[in-house]
Amino acid sequence: MYPSNLRYSKTHEWIRAEEGQWAVGITAYAAEHLGEVTYLELPEPGTEVKAGDEVGAIESVKAASEIYSPAGGTVAEVNEALTDNLERIGASPHDEAWFFKLTGVDEDELAGLMDAAAYEKYLAELDE
Amino acid sequence: MSWISTTPAEREEMLAAIGVETIDDLFATIPESVRLKGLDLPGSKSEMAVAKAVADLASRNTPGVVSFLGGGYYDHYIPAAVDALASRSEFLTAYTPYQPECSQGTLQAIYEYQSAICRLAGMDVANASLYDGGTAVFEAATMAVRATRRERIVCAPSLNPLYRRMLATHMANLGLEILDGDNAEGAACVIAQNPSFLGDIQDLTDLAARCHEHGALLVVSFYPISLGLLKSPGEMGADIAVGEGQSLGLPLGFGGPYLGIMATRKNLIRKMPGRIAAATADAEGRRGYVLTLQAREQHIRREKAMSNICSNEAHCALRTLIYLCMLGKEGLREVAAQCHAKAEYLKSRLGFAETLNAGPTFNEFAVRLPRNAADVAQRLLDQGYTAGLPLASLDAGGPNDLLIAVTEQRTRKEMDEFAAALENASCH
Amino acid sequence: MSLIFEQSRCGRRAMKLEPLDVPEAPLADALCRQSPAELPEVSELDVVRHFTNLSRKNFGVDSHFYPLGSCTMKYNPKIADVAAGLPGFAGLHPHLATEHTYWPACGGALALIHETERLLAEIAGMRQVSLQPMAGAHGELAGTLLIAAYHRDKGNRKDTIIVPDSAHGTNPASAAIAGYKVVEVPSDKDGTIHVDSFRAVLNESVAGVMLTCPNTHGLFEPAVQELAKLAHEVDALMYYDGANLNAIIGKCRPGDLGFDVMHFNLHKTFGTPHGMGGPGSGPVGVGERLEPFLPGPRVIRAGEDLRIAVPPKSIGQMAPFFGNFLVAVRAYAYILQLGGEGLREVAENAVLNANYMLARLRAAYQPAFESGFMHECVLTGTPQAKQGARALDIAKALLDYGFHAPTVYFPLTVKESLMIEPTETESKATLDAFCEAMLEIAAAIEKDAASLADAPRTTPVGRLDEVRAAKELDVAY
Repeated sequence: MYPSNLRYSKTHEWIRAEEGQWAVGITAYAAEHLGEVTYLELPEPGTEVKAGDEVGAIESVKAASEIYSPAGGTVAEVNEALTDNLERIGASPHDEAWFFKLTGVDEDELAGLMDAAAYEKYLAELDE
Repeated sequence: MSWISTTPAEREEMLAAIGVETIDDLFATIPESVRLKGLDLPGSKSEMAVAKAVADLASRNTPGVVSFLGGGYYDHYIPAAVDALASRSEFLTAYTPYQPECSQGTLQAIYEYQSAICRLAGMDVANASLYDGGTAVFEAATMAVRATRRERIVCAPSLNPLYRRMLATHMANLGLEILDGDNAEGAACVIAQNPSFLGDIQDLTDLAARCHEHGALLVVSFYPISLGLLKSPGEMGADIAVGEGQSLGLPLGFGGPYLGIMATRKNLIRKMPGRIAAATADAEGRRGYVLTLQAREQHIRREKAMSNICSNEAHCALRTLIYLCMLGKEGLREVAAQCHAKAEYLKSRLGFAETLNAGPTFNEFAVRLPRNAADVAQRLLDQGYTAGLPLASLDAGGPNDLLIAVTEQRTRKEMDEFAAALENASCH
Repeated sequence: MSLIFEQSRCGRRAMKLEPLDVPEAPLADALCRQSPAELPEVSELDVVRHFTNLSRKNFGVDSHFYPLGSCTMKYNPKIADVAAGLPGFAGLHPHLATEHTYWPACGGALALIHETERLLAEIAGMRQVSLQPMAGAHGELAGTLLIAAYHRDKGNRKDTIIVPDSAHGTNPASAAIAGYKVVEVPSDKDGTIHVDSFRAVLNESVAGVMLTCPNTHGLFEPAVQELAKLAHEVDALMYYDGANLNAIIGKCRPGDLGFDVMHFNLHKTFGTPHGMGGPGSGPVGVGERLEPFLPGPRVIRAGEDLRIAVPPKSIGQMAPFFGNFLVAVRAYAYILQLGGEGLREVAENAVLNANYMLARLRAAYQPAFESGFMHECVLTGTPQAKQGARALDIAKALLDYGFHAPTVYFPLTVKESLMIEPTETESKATLDAFCEAMLEIAAAIEKDAASLADAPRTTPVGRLDEVRAAKELDVAY
């Protein structure tokens, strides 16, 4: 179920190449564990981030979590439409519900992330 | 056997149902070597004996009948309805409202309390309570650190020295810097108090502007009764308003339980620690209240929580709410105006002493007596007065300095007699 | 029910003050608020009726059985309320303790503080107790700050606190505020901590270990003395979370088990009322090693006299004075009435009641662990969840029977957890009635799990929309 064109972090963010930029969101696993999202805080456009930086926050009734950037770069664009349609995070986590896009990503840095198969294996271990 | 309902016969039935012979069988997992033979405590007593024992202790406390002692904690009148209503055991013996359907009394009361605090402080949102005014200052400081991602806390000299000490204790291991003064540069927040510990009324509007210019928050610690008259933290531009709620219907109680008030602006609500009640509805559309934003709290976020607070001071918040309802809009203004007018009157009667406050004061002021303040206080105690707080006892003034507070409970006659007694003890 | 603000009518008042008997005093406009705070304008009867009716929408221990696991909702004796309300205590100004001139005027209060601290120390096998912390979590913070002060004083460089996965969330949260990293030690399948898993996380960097005993699974930690010995070998101090002290009071003492520091929950073990979530009181107790670091000021005995002093290496002030004094007055009255023997009976009956309930509930519910429950039993609603009813549904169904629900979804280590703590003060008849309700609910789930979905039906409101609450954030009128 996890798309092969995405790369995944241990903190359940994904990143995907998109016309010279890199889109970031959270995985279906994370979305399902949160339940209905009640709040999303996204970074400001123009923010420079390093891989692993805390760049936002997401909350549901039963959980709250930071959002970490899976890669370094500059925040070029954020998905403003999403903050008014939070249900899209559960409905379309890997597609519509991207959170922000980065430019200036060092692709070598992405080597530390998981591909779909590795992420699915990681999830299986978590749920044991 | 006090307060245990089980009879010996029932105990036998219960042990049989469990399938053990004695109660000690149920404690088999406790290693033999540490099992107690008995505690070195007095034997059990009847309720009558306990009533007498505590009454004896209480009668050994003999404060002056007429009190001018303040220093952050004040002797205001508490309307009878506050005790009568707050002592209802449906409030007193309930727990945190984790099951909202059977806790609507608690939840609506918290919602109303939050509303009253917001109106009083001129802020958008308030939490359900913190422990006391001192811990509220600490929580406000760490909240400012979260909101600004800065690590410097600046304390203005106006802050109650007890709060300043508590802040240092609580923050000891957080790697944060605490500076004194009011320089907002590079600070997460500046914490100021109004009126100041020595009673000075200030307008903190300019300080708020300087804070915001430097990207810092302004935390204002307020005296709730004073807000019947004085400019509110919200009107001054404060980002976080905190206060000691004792003056709003809580007994002095030798130090507690008190009430930590905290309110803030809407955009900071997710950085605020503590419980928050919110209005919502059930499936039939009936209005009801729940705890909200709980995912920030320790029972879910554990070491990443906004605070470690769990038990709070909800029952004290209820008392405060009832007190504010009993006073109402006009009553609170009148209590504040009386406190101020009476303090001004007393100040005018103390011409023999030097007033240490340069500007206007609210209901408390500091004077320098012609002789040692503690000695004078001692002599007045023998005459039935608690004269005030000798400031040297808190390292907040010289040996002759005395902090004097006046509430609406003091009469002109009491103040005239006190002024004469104070003059006599100080000068003769 | 309408809000008190909605009942406001312009010009109505509940309370009159004495007419001002001194001249009015002017104050510059710039210092004053622009308009009065919009507080309700209501009559005394409005206030009395409003809050009386609000109170009737609550379950409390005095009206309902309240078996909320981990919260020790026992009966709160009325004599304790009377004691706390005595004018000699309630009306006493705390700054009487600040100025030594005033000490004789508060001698009874100082004696009560000193004596309550002494009684608590004896009960727990600690050397000294401070009443300063104002709640359990505040006591945890005091305790972890004490641990930090101890290591700093010795020049130890340690940065970690070990906390079991079953711990209350306050433990890791308190450790974090005291500046520590938190490392979890997992519980074994039997619900307790095994020496091997403990060894795996223990090393020189560990400053302290926070344990609840019995733990939040309701089980006494059988290896606790061994764990303490291992911890002490690396100079890590043992912290006892007093949340479950009710299970062992008068039977054994944390100090004798090897704990160096602890907090008490006066509002759990010592019968003071929970007051809708507070005030509580969380005195901190210490053994010899931590005594010099206790928070101050303290009431100490000097010959015949009581004095107030700050310990030599004190961590400072956790509270402005001596903590929640009026809560301590209640606890003092409670301890005085029960005495040593009465306290032992507290633990014995608390454990008897929990085990009796478990024996009856086994017919339809699955205990989370095989054996060894003390003052509370933890069930897992997994079998019921498979039939379509979650622990939350069972909790809500109980409300319709007139019982407060057990704690659900805590501890986090047990799926669909239902944590039942009856306390010692409940009668067999009440326990039986509750068990019968639980068994009826289990039978209803077998028949038609969906029938629980609209519970509760008898409460002032049904299940409330928490998502809407969090999204709209209507938190003030």
